[in-house]
Amino acid sequence: MRSDLEMIDEWVQPNIRVLDLACGPGELLHHLIQNKQVKGYGLEIGPDDLNTCIEKGIPVLEQNIDEGLQNFDDQSFDLVLMTHALQQFRRPDLLIDEMLRIGKECIITFPNFGHWRSRLHLALKGRMPVSDFLPYNWYDTPNIHFFTFQDFERLCREKDIKILRWAAVDGQLKDHWWIRSMPNLFSETAIFHISR
Amino acid sequence: MPDVIPADSVGIVTPQIAQFDTPLALSCGQTLSSYQLIYETYGTLNQSASNAILICHALSGDHHAAGYHAMSDTKTGWWDTAIGPGKAIDTDKFFVIALNNLGGCCGSTGPTSINPETGQRWEASFPIVTVEDWVESQARLADLLGIQTFAAIVGGSLGGMQVLEWSIRFPTRLKSAVIVASAPKLSTQNIAFNEVARQSIRRDPDFFDGNYIDNNSVPTNGLGLARMLGHITYLSDDAMGAKFGRQMRHDSYQYNYGIEFEVESYLRYQGEAFTKRFDANTYMLMTKALDYFDPASQTNGDLSAVLSRAQCEFLLVSFTTDWRFSPERSEEIVNALVKAGKQVSYAKIEAAEGHDAFLFPIPRYMAVLNTFLTRVANSLTTEVK
Repeated sequence: MRSDLEMIDEWVQPNIRVLDLACGPGELLHHLIQNKQVKGYGLEIGPDDLNTCIEKGIPVLEQNIDEGLQNFDDQSFDLVLMTHALQQFRRPDLLIDEMLRIGKECIITFPNFGHWRSRLHLALKGRMPVSDFLPYNWYDTPNIHFFTFQDFERLCREKDIKILRWAAVDGQLKDHWWIRSMPNLFSETAIFHISR
Repeated sequence: MPDVIPADSVGIVTPQIAQFDTPLALSCGQTLSSYQLIYETYGTLNQSASNAILICHALSGDHHAAGYHAMSDTKTGWWDTAIGPGKAIDTDKFFVIALNNLGGCCGSTGPTSINPETGQRWEASFPIVTVEDWVESQARLADLLGIQTFAAIVGGSLGGMQVLEWSIRFPTRLKSAVIVASAPKLSTQNIAFNEVARQSIRRDPDFFDGNYIDNNSVPTNGLGLARMLGHITYLSDDAMGAKFGRQMRHDSYQYNYGIEFEVESYLRYQGEAFTKRFDANTYMLMTKALDYFDPASQTNGDLSAVLSRAQCEFLLVSFTTDWRFSPERSEEIVNALVKAGKQVSYAKIEAAEGHDAFLFPIPRYMAVLNTFLTRVANSLTTEVK
């Protein structure tokens, strides 16, 4: 049983250039800088998260991702990361294109809306699911796109994006064999490692 | 006029003067055979001389960055909001140096000084100095004070340009660079504003081609006008609107060219007050230093190439309503540093004050500065242990 961070850590080569989009307080980036000696930068717009990154010495840039990433050159990073944020941006499909333009590879994690509890919630209660993991009401949620493990796979297929590997974990961000066997039904968080 | 010195003030400070007799070759081709720099220090230099911070001033700044010169002073130093015990630039942790740049009019050698070779005031004959010349002279001051490596060099606006130049020219002499509301070079519009400011001074009949002191004259109209123009560009439309709106001097329009709106009165006052404390030749020279600065010209316009020489870590800060040195200009530096693989963080602070925001104690701005410098201070203590 490994956590999502451990898995991502295992997938990341040492000494590479990493861009972490919506890095939050920089937990993953800090880990990769310490353990993999990556040259990393985070993008973030939350003042408290920015300050936390500065406090830890994590290079962080205040930039609104929805306003574009044109300032980054083609293939200027080895890896572009985005954990638990894709669902918050206006056009996830275009954002993935941008991520693959800037980075040779990308790792994206997102909440899987196809999880059985979400399905049950909607099916039985007839209302949008609110859970510990997605603790928002429909009107105040920063998550403006809901999609499933399968939806993401399908988008990759449509865009000719290679899925290098994937993982699926539960609400505690741990993996289990039953999640791996039916990720669309059992994973709460999906993790995809993709490239062109 | 402090009755009591506030606990977070550096208190009463006394400027010092450093004399340099090693000739300084300037960018313009001329050489200054000797010169002096006036400076102030706050806090205590540690034993390894590793905790020094250099403050680089902007267009009209000077060496008096914090504290008071006397109990009778009505004003503190220009960046007292940021420098002091427990403040963002914490003088309990750092030894802070602020100087008046060469060409200034507050005690360092400049147009109002006596040229030792002629025995006359320099006035118009004072050579134009550049950001590069300033940094060179600041490095000599650091040598004199026994500082090999600064913990940080900090500056806003034109001061930020000096910090950027430090990182390129003396990469091993600073651990960190804090560049606030600055730019890697002036925009065309910025140069245009500077030219209008200079022309307003030069066309003043009291300017006498720069030799006005010799002619017992002061180009107050021209300098005042230049400052009025500058002042407008340092404020945001919103900040001016919030401060004055269409507030009027009288109850009704007077239909003449006297003061109708309060903003007119404010600008006239600012212009006039400036002429009492600032020298017109220095003002012109400082605007030229701004215009000429363009470190990327050394590398065919490639900013990241020239910044690849830097070794320090960087903090860049911009302000949302600053249109004289807009956030996009700071971001040019940030992007070039990222491209060059340098350690950089960047904060875009929500502020209403326009370019002037860099002098205001805006809480988030002060917090970012303090967080960054606290980590710098902590890294010094770990090294000592």
